[in-house]
Amino acid sequence: MKRNGVLLALLLGAATIALIAIGTIWPIPSALAFAGGQGLRPAPTTPEIAVRNLADDIKTRSWGRAYGSLANKAEFTQAEFQHDLTGYYQSLRSYAELDHYDVRPLHQSADDAVIRLDLYWSTMMGTSESTRDVHVVRNGNRWEAEWPLVKKPVVPPQVIPVNYLRWDVIYPTGGDDWGEQGVEAPHVRIIDMHPVQRAEGVVILGELLNEDVVPAYVSVDATLLSKDQKPLGTEGSFDKIMHVLLPKQVTPFFINFPNAQLSDVGSIRMTPFSTLVPASADPVIGIDSQHLNPVPNPSLTGNLINQSGQVVNVAHVLGTFYNKNGQVVWVADEYVDRALLPQTPVPFKIHIPEDLARSISSERTVVATYSTGGSV
Amino acid sequence: MRAGLTILAATFAVAAAQPGAAQNLTLPSSIAAGSAFTVQTQGSGNGTLYIVGLGQAIKRDVQLGSTVFFAAGSLYGAGQYTVVLTGAGANETEALTVTPSPDPGAVSFLARPSRLPVGLQDGITGAVYVFDPYKNLITKPENVSFDLTGPDGKTQTRTVPTVLGAAWTELDSTAHQGNDKFVARIGSVASTRVVGQVPGDPCSLKMTASPAGQDVRLQTDPIRDCSGNAIPDGTIVTFTENYRGGESTVDVPIKRGIAQVEMPAHPGATISVASGVMMGNQIRWER
Repeated sequence: MKRNGVLLALLLGAATIALIAIGTIWPIPSALAFAGGQGLRPAPTTPEIAVRNLADDIKTRSWGRAYGSLANKAEFTQAEFQHDLTGYYQSLRSYAELDHYDVRPLHQSADDAVIRLDLYWSTMMGTSESTRDVHVVRNGNRWEAEWPLVKKPVVPPQVIPVNYLRWDVIYPTGGDDWGEQGVEAPHVRIIDMHPVQRAEGVVILGELLNEDVVPAYVSVDATLLSKDQKPLGTEGSFDKIMHVLLPKQVTPFFINFPNAQLSDVGSIRMTPFSTLVPASADPVIGIDSQHLNPVPNPSLTGNLINQSGQVVNVAHVLGTFYNKNGQVVWVADEYVDRALLPQTPVPFKIHIPEDLARSISSERTVVATYSTGGSV
Repeated sequence: MRAGLTILAATFAVAAAQPGAAQNLTLPSSIAAGSAFTVQTQGSGNGTLYIVGLGQAIKRDVQLGSTVFFAAGSLYGAGQYTVVLTGAGANETEALTVTPSPDPGAVSFLARPSRLPVGLQDGITGAVYVFDPYKNLITKPENVSFDLTGPDGKTQTRTVPTVLGAAWTELDSTAHQGNDKFVARIGSVASTRVVGQVPGDPCSLKMTASPAGQDVRLQTDPIRDCSGNAIPDGTIVTFTENYRGGESTVDVPIKRGIAQVEMPAHPGATISVASGVMMGNQIRWER
């Protein structure tokens, strides 16, 4: 019995040593990447490998090695290269990780090539996609990427007077008698609501109007009722809505019921919620050059222009899409992962389901913003 | 603490009471809350007088045969009380009704809503409960006067009798924005609430366009509701420019009564303006 135990211990020890040796000599690529295995990655003997190596370095945040591999590093500093990828100002990209990437050759000759690099960033609000066309040049038997640096936007010195309204709220204090007045909650109204059956379940689309003269924090809940009026489920709009509505502002909302069937639904009970919140009418965000792009890859593209003097750190773009009868057929959104500087256009792209794209004839876009209070 | 004393005293009083004894206790059958009153006792020796009700209990050591005086404010809770006299063979129980004081001392006034659009018929609701100075609900009918004074100084008045202590009314919001003073009054007692009258939806929305360098400057006329009140600053006005192959939108808050914005000038563009569900005019920009 005792001899068996000693034998088992010796076997386990030998197996552990063997596995450590195998893992060290032949590491799997992902382990190598996380360990920063510089010497074992493939030599950049093709343009595609050069760009892949660069993307791997960006993924592991090996900024020094990525910068060092560039053919055009004399044109900018390592800090500029790093900020080009992580953002010059605080934004969703500041805390994002590169989740994965795709490379696609666009052009190649004997001495140079252009490789499209699609970067998929994992941000706090979901995946964010960015694309760079990287020019790659031959240097002896190696290929080196020229990074297409987007320079830090320069905002001309100026004074932007900001005198938009700001609303503060004083709530009733304790000790008031029974009949003491509170402050009335803002009056909001659902002005459109439309259930849609999708492959993933039932989706409720609609629009909510703040018809009051004060700002409102809003959300919408929906309850599906069966044909015998029993509740099938309740869901909320979560972040597919603009939560702070200024007076007479309209937001779309999108409520998803996964795995539900519209044929099982007898009626829908909508519950809009509103409460007073302090708010500011600033910043004003213009949406310029909006364009509905047809299939394939249907999308709504445009530029956001911050008309305020304050940096907007996070912008949430919500698009409402209508058919030719003016009925809401889809609601989609995108978080812009770059900070909005004053008067500086920042592009956005909202994807539209391909099967709905042909029925869309118009759209309306609104932007919700979040600022940490910094300026340029 | 008070509830405990009440229960203890009531238990004791009920246990001690012996109905059918000789008439040793003389007191009024009913008094108003807070008023002074006397209880006449018969016999001789020492005794104890209990007055027990749902919200209040009084215990008093008495000399039988004397008159016990209760000062004003001693018994203040309206309701039914049991008066028990014990001691020296005198165990007797009587009932005493305490009614609310006839003079109103306070009103609880509920005015809703605190904010509403101008020109709304029966939009303002006022409800009062009338209490005496000891917070007893006065259930006998009393006339309550509701006065709503609008921003223009005009007053709407309704006089409504209470039913079981409550009265309510509905009044119209007037055509002018501002604060209404809403007063509920009964006798010398009054309670005031403030109701905000805010402008309604924009009645007409009209914009003009002028060139501004590479852009077109859009500016609305002063925006008013159908009663002529200025729509408040901060209200969102949406400008939409449709041009060949594209669209631009800006949500602009009203500032100093108007909304203005500069948008890219696209020849042939159609520019529209809206606020909430109110559509304004359209302009075709040809330059």
